[in-house]
Amino acid sequence: MIRFVRFKTLLISALVQPALWMAFFGIAMSANFDRLGSSIPPIPGVPEVQYLTYMAAGVIAMTTLFTSLFGGIVILFDKNWGLMREIMASPLPREQIIFGIALSGMTKSFIQVMIVMAFGLLIGVTFFAGYTIGHTIIALLGILLFVGMFSIGFLFFSAAISISMETPEGLQGIITLLTMPIFFASNALYPVSAFPPVLQAISTVNPLSQLVNGVRYFAIGDNFTTMGIHYVYTTADILLSFTVLVIFAVAMFGVAWWRFKVAVVT
Amino acid sequence: MDPDLSTSIIEVKDLEHQYGDFKAVDGISFTVGRGEIFSFLGPNGAGKSTAINVLITLLKLQKGEARIAGYDVRTEPEKVRESIGIVFQEVTLDRDMTVWEILEFHGRLYGMAREDRKKRISEILELVKLEGKKDTFVKKLSGGMKRRLEIGRGLMTRPIVLFLDEPTIGLDPQTRMRMWDYIRAVNEEGTTIFLTTHYMDEADNLSDRISIIDHGKIIASGKPWELKNALGKDLIYLETSDNTRARAVISSLANVSGASDKGKGILITTNDDGTKVLPLLIEEIRNSGISVITVNLKKPSMDDVFVHFTGRELRDDKPEKVSTAFGRR
Repeated sequence: MIRFVRFKTLLISALVQPALWMAFFGIAMSANFDRLGSSIPPIPGVPEVQYLTYMAAGVIAMTTLFTSLFGGIVILFDKNWGLMREIMASPLPREQIIFGIALSGMTKSFIQVMIVMAFGLLIGVTFFAGYTIGHTIIALLGILLFVGMFSIGFLFFSAAISISMETPEGLQGIITLLTMPIFFASNALYPVSAFPPVLQAISTVNPLSQLVNGVRYFAIGDNFTTMGIHYVYTTADILLSFTVLVIFAVAMFGVAWWRFKVAVVT
Repeated sequence: MDPDLSTSIIEVKDLEHQYGDFKAVDGISFTVGRGEIFSFLGPNGAGKSTAINVLITLLKLQKGEARIAGYDVRTEPEKVRESIGIVFQEVTLDRDMTVWEILEFHGRLYGMAREDRKKRISEILELVKLEGKKDTFVKKLSGGMKRRLEIGRGLMTRPIVLFLDEPTIGLDPQTRMRMWDYIRAVNEEGTTIFLTTHYMDEADNLSDRISIIDHGKIIASGKPWELKNALGKDLIYLETSDNTRARAVISSLANVSGASDKGKGILITTNDDGTKVLPLLIEEIRNSGISVITVNLKKPSMDDVFVHFTGRELRDDKPEKVSTAFGRR
């Protein structure tokens, strides 16, 4: 119950999330890539997917990454100018503080993802092409599941950093440092097979790649081509991706737990 | 309210705390009885805030023992937190929440049942006279109102002990007096109060007992009047034409308990009513051929107590008048 108190407070005191901004960002990105049509003949029997659709998953993942990494910043604000002192001095167990941040951040991510997808559909992203209603709902749930697990992991991380920093600039610095590599060393925008081996290895374990895999699997299907490359996802692939995200989340929780234990807010 | 010293609500033994190389708290021990108002009095940097932060479990207890309401601070911090209320020195409020929300949040944070919460919030709003402001955002409150809200919040859970760290710092004289009234009212209901302050009058007016703390150590403890009496009954200040000789004369007198140099004259502590001792003193001095230039007689204040025990003056920063060094605006 107390977690939801925290969640409610964050919603109240948070400034209007630039979810719309993210959606526009998505449009801008894809508008640029509209030109990237494929000139390679399609494989018979396998649906072809435009790059826009392929990339949309990447955009969703990117916005989730960004929002989640920033999600912990509330802790910092509260630490310097608000209630964190009172929260730390209260009998509320530390893990509940961490969960509260994660849950509220996750909910924000869900809302964002829905908005981005809605915009995407408006501008021509062919998610859920040929799906029945039932299938679409399952697909949505699947996407949210992946988004949720991914965002929780990075929210834990964000919380861990935020409770350890003294100023917001520290957190912003770390986020800026991390987002670029994570985004570009992944399969968000392009297939990984073109990478040099080191980059390929990084991309394969990159949590962002797992999220993108999950989104593509649920939104596009398990068998499609894009830009002349044939994609096949098996259930095992998807389960593996999800497991990676779970492991990541658990590991990040450990880090956050440790940081909260040694945190001093006086 | 009459404190019950037979039941200790706070027990501290050999508490130490250091930040890196700096020892902020250097071995302090004390007890606070149920229902007492107990103050730590000392200048800024004395270690008061460090000590209180260890007791409210915001700082890790490094060395020593502390028990609050029967719970060990080191091994049972959650139980301690459940039993105490805290009013921090810095404003600890969310600017974008309303008065009511702040209290509600606190209640939920501490696991209060909904019905109890609702009832308690109205009680608190009435106690601190903020009923009319219950839907006002914190950012619109004055400093005094914020402080009242924080005191009210500290009382939400009906804590056994209320900790206040510099409760009236930065407040104007009227608000200060009103704060004192609240604190007394709260104490009347049975709450033990532990406060830290660098204001002499606050410690003097409010406390059942005071511990003077400086450089991380407790210098003296006792009831306010006991501490003042340590200086004898009255203080006499004299400036004479020959202070050195006058001191010798004074020190030899029966009802003088001490004579020390102070500024341009001599500070004398007496065993008896100063108004009776003073004429005798002056006569003795004049009989020795020394003339008396200035005389002052007063009951010892906490300032004098502090000087007496620590050998130096407390840097008392009550709201000062604007320094004329800056000229007029």
